[in-house]
Amino acid sequence: MQIFLPIADLPVNVFLVFAMGIAVGFISGMFGIGGGFLMTPLLIFIGIQPAVAVASVTTHVAASSFSGAIAYWRRNAVDITLALTLLAGGIVGSATGVGLFTWLRALDQLDLVIELSYVILLCVVGALMVTEAARAIIRSWQGKRAELRRPGSHAWFHGLPLKLRFKRSKIYVSTIPVLVIGLIIGFIGAIMGIGGGFLLVPMLIYLLRVPTATVIGTSMVLTFLTMASATVLHAVTNHLVDAVLALILMVGGVIGAQFGAHAGQRIRGEWLRLFLGLLVLAVGLRFGFDLVLRPPDLYSIRAMEGAP
Amino acid sequence: MRPALAVALALAGALALPLPAGAEGLVASLTNHHVMITSNFTGENVVLFGSVERDATTVARHTSYDVVATIVGPRQSLRTRRKGRVLGIWVNTSARTFVDPPSYLAVLSSHPLDAITSADNQRRLQLGLANTPLPELIHNDVGEVMNDPFRAALVRLMGERGLYSEEPNAVTFLTPTLFRATIPLPAQVPIGNYTVDVKLFADGHLIAHSDSAFEIVKVGFEQFVVNAARDHGLLYGVATALMALFTGWIASIVFRRD
Repeated sequence: MQIFLPIADLPVNVFLVFAMGIAVGFISGMFGIGGGFLMTPLLIFIGIQPAVAVASVTTHVAASSFSGAIAYWRRNAVDITLALTLLAGGIVGSATGVGLFTWLRALDQLDLVIELSYVILLCVVGALMVTEAARAIIRSWQGKRAELRRPGSHAWFHGLPLKLRFKRSKIYVSTIPVLVIGLIIGFIGAIMGIGGGFLLVPMLIYLLRVPTATVIGTSMVLTFLTMASATVLHAVTNHLVDAVLALILMVGGVIGAQFGAHAGQRIRGEWLRLFLGLLVLAVGLRFGFDLVLRPPDLYSIRAMEGAP
Repeated sequence: MRPALAVALALAGALALPLPAGAEGLVASLTNHHVMITSNFTGENVVLFGSVERDATTVARHTSYDVVATIVGPRQSLRTRRKGRVLGIWVNTSARTFVDPPSYLAVLSSHPLDAITSADNQRRLQLGLANTPLPELIHNDVGEVMNDPFRAALVRLMGERGLYSEEPNAVTFLTPTLFRATIPLPAQVPIGNYTVDVKLFADGHLIAHSDSAFEIVKVGFEQFVVNAARDHGLLYGVATALMALFTGWIASIVFRRD
């Protein structure tokens, strides 16, 4: 069944978009990520303009992460103090990122920067996650207990001033690294049009030593807060949010996310991290190949902004 | 003196007339002047039909008539970019800005253009994709660039989207004077006003032409969403965000397992 999208200006198959929503929603519920880094390329692939795709995906991610956040909240798996502290840093990061975004667009180099950041970020993060998870799996095979929290392995930034006790996560660290992490996520999110959950989760685990129990729920709360505000910002600044597209995606997304969250609970943490790492790496490599291989068509056309 | 002047003026007027008395007239119309884009729009066809008007004084023709219909959509500036290899990766290295090219251009004819009229006439009448002016921005000037690969790429890419086309056999004559043509509008057709210019040829000469127009509009829900997004961005954004939160909340209730 075809439906015409009012803002994206093209007809799409409802069931195809719905299925994409379910699939990405499943992955996002399972790993506690927004799934924007998967959904945006998929939408571009089916012919939706990148700007509309990015703007509408924020809405989809808001819905998907909100339903996930509620599910984790009921299981007491959300550290709201941590989420709000991250958000405070995130707002500053987003504002800086939007500024850079506008500047790069004026230079006609935005596409390249977006593609390069996808490649570098996804490949590096994916590779790190895969190596770490593989080590943890090998350790558990050798009969050693998987050490996620190594007591005494505090890094220098944990001892900075402004220490705060994040009760639910059972950590007592300086708010400075927390704010900085929020800032980085907000900045990258604004440039790449992603929620940044796949970056936030490993950062919280490896840098702040947040236990796996609360990390996903907390990341979901942060994601829905930033993505809901991003939806409003996109709608106000460039009028590119396609509510119809977003609705189809989010209905599929929330259904998928519920099943994903349940599946995620049954899989051991290190395996979950290995799968997510492989997924991130695969998307990164895919972008990398696009940059390195000779494109089938060297030319492309783009409508000029500001024209009627 | 006065009658002589009048006769001279009348003569001059008659000589200046582009078409001699008794030439053919052309009547053309469309099946649909308003194409509505609704939520199930997947493209549409508008049928152009017309007839060549002849009367007793019309000169006899030994050859058949030919028709060229040019449909031009709303204009919007476009940027054509070319990728080049820089440090091993493919990036956009050069670009040209085309100033207000048609967002839709279809040239439908009853025969290949070369069989209808001379190349000179085609250029003069701007017939066909090759002769349509597509001015580019050159520094601060606007002008036509000859044999430009960027222009060729623009025409090719628009063609792949079904927006630029040249169909040499799209106009069919049902009788020697009655013709019809189907104007294909793809799903991604831009909204706005479209002009339809129909030219009638005989023996390689332009003998009559007729203009008409149609409009592509979004209606109903589609129009509502577009207006809301454009005119009330904040309200639209807040409503969309609330819709997202509501969907998420509903899902968490529906799928609650305890």
